[in-house]
Amino acid sequence: MRNYEVTFIVDPVLSGEEIKTTAQAYSDMLKGAGANIVHIDEMGLRTLAYPINKRNSGVYYCIEFQSENGEFTDDLELALRRDERIMRFLTFRLDKFGIKYNEDKRNGLIGKAKRPKAKEKKETGGRPERPERPERRESAPAAKTTPAPAKPAPAPAAKPAEPAEPAAAKQEEE
Amino acid sequence: MANRDDIKFLSNPKIGGTRKKYCRFKKYGIKYIDYKDADFLLSFVNEQGKILPRRITGNSLKYQRKVAGSVKRARHLALMPYVTDLLK
Repeated sequence: MRNYEVTFIVDPVLSGEEIKTTAQAYSDMLKGAGANIVHIDEMGLRTLAYPINKRNSGVYYCIEFQSENGEFTDDLELALRRDERIMRFLTFRLDKFGIKYNEDKRNGLIGKAKRPKAKEKKETGGRPERPERPERRESAPAAKTTPAPAKPAPAPAAKPAEPAEPAAAKQEEE
Repeated sequence: MANRDDIKFLSNPKIGGTRKKYCRFKKYGIKYIDYKDADFLLSFVNEQGKILPRRITGNSLKYQRKVAGSVKRARHLALMPYVTDLLK
């Protein structure tokens, strides 16, 4: 058994029912060919990153299915290509990590956890650097002086000052 | 010793302050990069929509290849632009 995923964009000019029947037609087609449908993800109406066929938005559908071999995807792609209601499509074979990822995503484990992580990293990496810069000049030499045996005092004194000042700087930014 | 404070600006404070780059996929154990997650993929692309090189993102070769593949798939599905300006 292999897992595949077919994502396609339906023309948004069609009525809501027509869009649903198009998506339903392909899932029926897959079932008819002996594929086992794992999940149908309606990603909904989205604005396209660039116009396709003079349309600026499209209705995204993603069908994940299991199939014994990939021969059937040729027929599916031919049907998708001939269909005027479909603007774009992409068939993708999932590896074992992809299957797990989709499963976790459906259970709500990934979609929430992954994105904030990426964004948090950016924010901590990018934004606070600017207000911190003047303090770094102070803290870096303080660290250099620590090897000198007679000066243990300035280093600990400089450290508590660091967390307090960025917080103040953030408030100023806001 | 108290005059040490005057010496501190003689050395460039930026030297030695560079953070080591790392591959976030290896570090956080991310094995699969979803081509439908355009928000995430935006972090591997510059403001013209070009894929950033490994030397900037710090990705390992294995995952840089996967990132590039996912970005290209996202572009085909119009989730990301092929060419733009001021993407970010």
